[in-house]
Amino acid sequence: MSLIQVKDLTKIFCDDEVETRALAGVSFSINEGEFVAIMGPSGSGKSTLLHILGFLDKHTSGEYYFDGKKSEDHSDEEMARLRNKKMGFIFQAFNLLPRTSVLENVKLPLVYSGINSKLWDEMAMKAIRAVGMEHRINHEPAQLSGGEKQRVAIARALVNAPRVIFADEPTGNLDSKSGQMIMEVLQQLNEAKGHTIILITHETYTAEHAERIIYIKDGLVEGDKKVDKRLKADSFIK
Amino acid sequence: MTFTYFLKTAIAGLKTNRSRSALTILGIVIGITAIMLVMSLGQGAQNLILGEIQGIGAKTIAIAPGQQPTGLSSALATFADSLKNRDLTLLQNKANVPYAAKIMPLVFGSEIAAYGNNTYRPTIYGATDFFAQIYDIYPEQGRLFTEDEVKSYADVAVIGSKMKDKLFGNDEALNQKIKIKGRNFRVVGILGKKGQSAFVNFDDAAIVPYTTAQQYIFGIKYFNRMIVEADSEANIDKTVQDIKITLRNSHNITEAAKDDFFVETQAQAMAMVSTITSVLTYFLAAVAAISLIVGGVGIMNIMLVSVTERTREIGLRKSLGATYRDILTQFLMEAVTLTATGGIIGIALGSLWSFIISLVLTKVLGLNWEFTFPLMAAALGVGVAAVIGLVFGLYPARQAAKKSPMEALRYE
Repeated sequence: MSLIQVKDLTKIFCDDEVETRALAGVSFSINEGEFVAIMGPSGSGKSTLLHILGFLDKHTSGEYYFDGKKSEDHSDEEMARLRNKKMGFIFQAFNLLPRTSVLENVKLPLVYSGINSKLWDEMAMKAIRAVGMEHRINHEPAQLSGGEKQRVAIARALVNAPRVIFADEPTGNLDSKSGQMIMEVLQQLNEAKGHTIILITHETYTAEHAERIIYIKDGLVEGDKKVDKRLKADSFIK
Repeated sequence: MTFTYFLKTAIAGLKTNRSRSALTILGIVIGITAIMLVMSLGQGAQNLILGEIQGIGAKTIAIAPGQQPTGLSSALATFADSLKNRDLTLLQNKANVPYAAKIMPLVFGSEIAAYGNNTYRPTIYGATDFFAQIYDIYPEQGRLFTEDEVKSYADVAVIGSKMKDKLFGNDEALNQKIKIKGRNFRVVGILGKKGQSAFVNFDDAAIVPYTTAQQYIFGIKYFNRMIVEADSEANIDKTVQDIKITLRNSHNITEAAKDDFFVETQAQAMAMVSTITSVLTYFLAAVAAISLIVGGVGIMNIMLVSVTERTREIGLRKSLGATYRDILTQFLMEAVTLTATGGIIGIALGSLWSFIISLVLTKVLGLNWEFTFPLMAAALGVGVAAVIGLVFGLYPARQAAKKSPMEALRYE
């Protein structure tokens, strides 16, 4: 059974009586362990789609099954718990807490997890090691480079061992070298640890690091194909 | 989310804007300081007054002429002339008031006293030698006048320290003659400097036998007060009843409502004083509490700013799994941490100030003032501060918790 399945998903934003159709009936499914890129020009609805898939927003019509359960069947509290336990988020703008150490930033999802606080340090360190940032645990975000910030954000997404990681333009704010490094980390997480990764991007180059690309345009799926020549980089994580 | 984490996050959040946090809690600090000060000083004043009254003796019963004053309009009635010599004789009869140990009539007024070219206007008390025991004030030099001198309308006086200074300066006053209403009074005793005692300042008083005062100084045939001491505290109520019955018989009064005198015990006086001072204290504390509300509004204002500023943080926390309740608790915790800190600082400042004031009152003004730490007010202060944090923090915290994670993340 697929981890994520959407059928005829639509999303209409109502703003001052003006209706904007962001999604016009999207259907696809994603299996556990896949590395999928969702591609499209800006305004295509790809971010809206990611927000709905990540329980950050609700769709207008259609069906969305996460892990076999319909999204409407979840209360707000349950959605918060699913975001915490089964989903990890990586944002274009990193969204690290300022004036807060790398270690504390990575611990943040654990705070809402109900896990005994004695285990937090160990779990956070494991995630930080996975992205190779253990030499910076006491630094604050302002002291880190963009690529380092994004690696911390990835560690934060990993800390609760989620079923799926949503990455919203993770390389958008990075130079190409740092971006390349981030893509390597994501590939490694997918291949070595079996994390399902759903990546949003508008760059073909970035998208071709995935196994599969779903093309979105004007709120509709325009294409869905396997990547023939997947871009690979030397393994970054030890 | 654990409590300690909440607290740490709240403190870290507040430390980020140190000066803003400090200014925000200033309103709470001022409010709690004011309440502490009022409560502490109120308690001190009450203790002081009660101590003075207690000094007169718990077994003392005062009889005043006129009706019991119930308001300002009846104050004039206090000067009625209903207590006569006949009443004194009746009260002194053991058959009428068996448990009365001592009875002292009292007349008072103000007259000019002269020695040589010096004049002074003391309060003149006509009493018996028993006054010294009641007011716990004895001559430092010389002696009290005797029972025989009272009976024989003797022209003798015991004078206060200030009066002595004004009339005699550094000269010897004992056995000198002072002139009051054309009569020469021999100074037989000089009181020590005592200051204010039981609302009577004996420093500028002259005490003479009541017989002489009635006959030659004031020219009256009644008493302003009669002071009765019961033989034991257990017999106070009984004695009060006996006095009332005796005086009603003497004045041909049949109903208690028509009494032309009233009887007051020290217990009643103390109860009245504590009621008045307590009411005053609580009233002033309530006025001070208004500043707490102003402080609370300040907190709400700053919290709202903080919520807006941290919209992205709220969105992030929600996307990482924080629930409505988690965010609500986080922001409430910040508000309560602010106000509770203000409360604790306020208690410290309030105590410090009341301690300083008590030192000033004791050392400089010579009052027998005792510093009291109002534990009740302190507990109340912290409680009120925390509640204010909860009440005024709730609205901003709800605004924060209601934010949709996606909207909050998009916020620039």
